Amino acid sequence: MLELDELTVKYRIAGGEVPAVRGVSLSVPAGEALGLAGESGSGKSSVALALLRLLPRSADVGGRVLLDGEDVLSMRWGRLRAVRWSSASIVFQGAQHGLNPVRRIGDQIAEPLLVHKLASGAVADRRVQELLSQVGLPAWRARSYPHELSGGQRQRVMIAMALACEPQLIIADEPTTALDLMVQAQVLTLIRRLIADHGISLLMISHDLSVLADVCDRLAVMYAGRLVEVGPSSGEFRHPYSQALAAAFPTVGDPASRLAPRGLAGDPPDPQQLPGGCAFHPRCPVALETCATSDVQLRASGAGRTAACVLVGE
Amino acid sequence: MLEATDLHVEFPGRGGNRARAVDGVNLSVGAGEIVALVGESGCGKTTLARTLLGLERPTSGRVAYDGAPLSYTGRALRAFRRQVQLVLQDPMGSLNPRHTVYEAVAEGPRIHGLPDEESVVASALARAGLRPPERFFQRYPHELSGGQRQRVVIAGALALDPKVLIADEPVASLDASVRGEILALLLRLRDDLGLSALVVTHDLGLAWNIADRVAVMYLGRIVESGPTEDVLTNPQHPYTQALLSVLPESPNRIVLTGEPPDPTRVPAGCRFHPRCQLVAQGNGTAACGTQPLPILPAGTAVQVACHVAAP
Repeated sequence: MLELDELTVKYRIAGGEVPAVRGVSLSVPAGEALGLAGESGSGKSSVALALLRLLPRSADVGGRVLLDGEDVLSMRWGRLRAVRWSSASIVFQGAQHGLNPVRRIGDQIAEPLLVHKLASGAVADRRVQELLSQVGLPAWRARSYPHELSGGQRQRVMIAMALACEPQLIIADEPTTALDLMVQAQVLTLIRRLIADHGISLLMISHDLSVLADVCDRLAVMYAGRLVEVGPSSGEFRHPYSQALAAAFPTVGDPASRLAPRGLAGDPPDPQQLPGGCAFHPRCPVALETCATSDVQLRASGAGRTAACVLVGE
Repeated sequence: MLEATDLHVEFPGRGGNRARAVDGVNLSVGAGEIVALVGESGCGKTTLARTLLGLERPTSGRVAYDGAPLSYTGRALRAFRRQVQLVLQDPMGSLNPRHTVYEAVAEGPRIHGLPDEESVVASALARAGLRPPERFFQRYPHELSGGQRQRVVIAGALALDPKVLIADEPVASLDASVRGEILALLLRLRDDLGLSALVVTHDLGLAWNIADRVAVMYLGRIVESGPTEDVLTNPQHPYTQALLSVLPESPNRIVLTGEPPDPTRVPAGCRFHPRCQLVAQGNGTAACGTQPLPILPAGTAVQVACHVAAP
């Protein structure tokens, strides 16, 4: 369904360039949910935006993005417009800013249908009602304005818009960040149900591994513009960074984390001044001497799992 | 140490209805104790924290520090704020981008006319884990990482040698890998300096990580409180049970329908009954919809405001 082949993103800035994504290869088969985790500056959002060529002009994108075998990066403009929404659509974080405050919800959901000439008039109205009910909102909400909705309801509207043209892939960038715990649970339940019912593929991006593990079949962890680990979400992490990231969100009830918050010393690196060798080595609790000089590529480390660490083997 | 008794805080709301943001709360934070106040947005937890800091005047009820009721004169508040300090979330928003780290931390000591400013600032920075402190004096917020900025905010609070810290979502805007270090710092400050803390958060994992006691707030009231192990591993109130059940690792989810309710329209009876899963399953009592629950006292043992769960 979706395949990334050595994707790179560099931002040109005054006096140089910033490597945000440094070679990411990933695939999301049809019907699969893949979670992409990382902290701020890891490049995860640049990946999301690069997929549908939504990055600013100052970004140089390299590698290939194959959507159903077709390269998005070399597509003509007209074809790209057709692909957006109808083959793949994006749900952004911060639903409050994604909606036009002076247009009714129903009109906004219908817009991609009208633009792509998939429906019009009464047919479009019926489709809007259908979409609202799929995301658990009453039909009369079509006549509401965004400010009349709560944060969770607005996020549901964003999801309805993303579903409008029946895409095969949804890219969700932090879809539940800024939502309350209970509302987050409602939205995650909805996403889980929609991908199961419609067989949609999902690429979900978040800083919160536990949220991703909840929805996704496989997890990919990014650090400093690279993947450091990819594997099934049910298994144990092998890379020391993924392990630390997982431990940062403790399991309530786990005696090991009681009165013992765990994190990593130091901060995520500045993409302009990446450390040599393995980019994680200055913060790594188990770094060896070689880690400061030799970089490691993803290597097999157990069933369906790859990790980029010298300490990891089969 | 810091205590709220029968505290009510109301705001004028739309359409003449008053918003009962804090609607009867008893809460105490003991010496050297870390209490987590958890709840969803709009439950009144931030208003309660602001009232405990003297930033908001209660409509009725009182805030007391060391047994003495807080008086709202300028002089009394100034003395109070040397003892009880606020740590804000979002260090980028709470630090002045044009002030150096030194200026930011020295502001409190200057207002309070503390002698020997430079050593006060240096020691506050060192206690907040920014060492050597002199290296940070002339830095500006934009030159620091998120974790370092949050440490500067904490150093600003520590500069006055307070006894209590009130921290509103202290790690919400930090990267996951950095948050553990900041939480560890709060624990260390308690162990080394005997500081008390009230941590306001929506994050139950954070409470599990650092709190001695947890108070769960819903629509202006505390609905369950007690030692962290009890409340978080054996919750009694249906709302606490639902909150814990939607954590990613938990097996049986209870996803409450509807949105967090409106403090201008507090339901009659138990304020949680319109969303309560026990009531929805027909396991409620007649009292749930009609009879209000008493306000929980400020004790340290497990307490629950529920017609069904209460012993």
